[in-house]
Amino acid sequence: MIPTSAGPGQPSARARGGRNLSLAWLTVPALVFFVGFGVIPLVGVLALSFTTWDGIGDIHFSGFTSWHAVLTDPGLPHALWVTFLIMALSWLVQTPASILLGVFLAGAQRYRAVLSVLYFIPLLLSSAAIAITYKALLDPNFGLGAGLKIALLSQDWLGRPGLALGVVVFVVSWQFIPFHSLIYQGGVRQIPKSMYEAAELDGAGRVRKFFSITLPQLKYTMITSTTLVLVGSLTFFDLIFVLTAGGPGDATRVLALDMYKRGFQANLMGPASAIALILVFVGLALSLLLRRLGGGKADHSQMEGA
Amino acid sequence: MGTTLTTRPERTSTHRPRHERDAPARHWNWLAGATGWLWLVVVVVPIYWIVITSFKTQSNYYAMNPLAPPTEPTLANYRMVIESDFVLYFVNSLIVTVGAVIPAVGVSFMAAYAIVRGSSSGRFIRSVNSLFLMGLAIPLQATVIPIYLIIIRLHLYDTLLAMILPSIAFAIPLSVLVLSNFIRDVPRELFESMRMDGATEWGTLWRLAFPLSRPAVVTVTIYNALTIWNNFLLPLILTQSPDKRTLPLALWSFQGQYSINVPAVLASVVLTTLPILTLYVVGRRQLLSGLMAGFSK
Repeated sequence: MIPTSAGPGQPSARARGGRNLSLAWLTVPALVFFVGFGVIPLVGVLALSFTTWDGIGDIHFSGFTSWHAVLTDPGLPHALWVTFLIMALSWLVQTPASILLGVFLAGAQRYRAVLSVLYFIPLLLSSAAIAITYKALLDPNFGLGAGLKIALLSQDWLGRPGLALGVVVFVVSWQFIPFHSLIYQGGVRQIPKSMYEAAELDGAGRVRKFFSITLPQLKYTMITSTTLVLVGSLTFFDLIFVLTAGGPGDATRVLALDMYKRGFQANLMGPASAIALILVFVGLALSLLLRRLGGGKADHSQMEGA
Repeated sequence: MGTTLTTRPERTSTHRPRHERDAPARHWNWLAGATGWLWLVVVVVPIYWIVITSFKTQSNYYAMNPLAPPTEPTLANYRMVIESDFVLYFVNSLIVTVGAVIPAVGVSFMAAYAIVRGSSSGRFIRSVNSLFLMGLAIPLQATVIPIYLIIIRLHLYDTLLAMILPSIAFAIPLSVLVLSNFIRDVPRELFESMRMDGATEWGTLWRLAFPLSRPAVVTVTIYNALTIWNNFLLPLILTQSPDKRTLPLALWSFQGQYSINVPAVLASVVLTTLPILTLYVVGRRQLLSGLMAGFSK
């Protein structure tokens, strides 16, 4: 997999064993942090889902009570549905736009480099700042639409369920398209120019070249980007929390928000942990599925960039 | 220029010199071009609106065209934000960000070095690598409830350290991935000659790999600083006193308090973003190319 120790300069097995030991120590500090605040909490979330805890007092084992409460609550299918809807819509918006922008930015013209610097700015703002900005910008009475006196733009964007969901998808795309177009830009630059030249010799048209060279060559980039979009969309907590707080009603109450509200506002840590675990499973399942799509080995080296 | 996606495939490159320098550039099309310029408008208009509005007086804001620059620009909004303890929140954010980014990049670099140099024969190192890669697939926010419990039990609730420790852990998977991708490109002969000279792994790590990986180190440092500076969930659940707030949380409560005063709220948005914008201006080239290399391979 990694060519480091191949070839004639290979040290003896014993020397290598000693080297590996000292190398192994180098991973320990990172491992301690990651186990302490990543792996143990992950196990903890499983354990806590079988308990009753109000966040302050003692923790009591209570079997499947929390799971029963969560799985029979009609709020769960709704939260799952909203989560998937936002995930699917933000993928549908972000992927074609990012590919187009990535292809566009991959050009060598200087002004495009300037554009990519500007595009990146939304990514610098915190989700809280973006949510606060759009809340003010979309205000039906004092926002941009009302100020410009354009009726179409001065709707009650965050007050109607369908519109609020659309706004969330738009704001998410506004924030993250720059990042994904950057990934596609890198992917396009790595396509060998000789492939295009060969296709031109065969008389391939531009449409043909895009669909038979550019898109297939971007397959692994697309899988990386899709994984980040899908798994990332499970964690849009802060943006939705500040922008709509899950509303109106529960129209934008995604799983992550549901977890927070049950756990830290209703003080039901047990059911909140059960929801957290569902989040973890959905995330893992999506990643594994996309890895499978990428075709095992090839995707593995993709993940490692080898 | 030409087209790729849609019409007029007859005007293909047969008219063009075949050895043009940049194939992808030649491959752009009006659809992508239109998207590019449209996107610029979508990005720039809200940002322009934030900046000009933050210099307007409140009455000015309600009275005039929202996209026109202020007729009587004022710094009163900024003064008001700064007087609302923003200096304190700024210092808190700075402590949390610096306190988390330096250890996170340090331990990730050591791990990435070991993964590149040792995973051909070390099963332990390979498992560590798989563990970190798995961390990329798991939404780590889902672990906040146990983290809250751990922080309480460590008696760290409502301290800055409470936010620093999980932030380090959350930063590790991606940092290790990007750094190890980069270290892998260091020519093997350099490591070999260091070994011939009797250098230890520790010495090779800091004297050879670290200086050679500076672009990747800059990339992950800025990226992590950005993520941690903007984090909202950890301060929300791990602190309660106003004097432990970091900027995003302060921004949120400021907005709750002064939501009528849109110019002041937007001035607070500008002020919280300025430090990270400065960092971006300084390191943008390495950040963009580093992220591109880290994800597009």
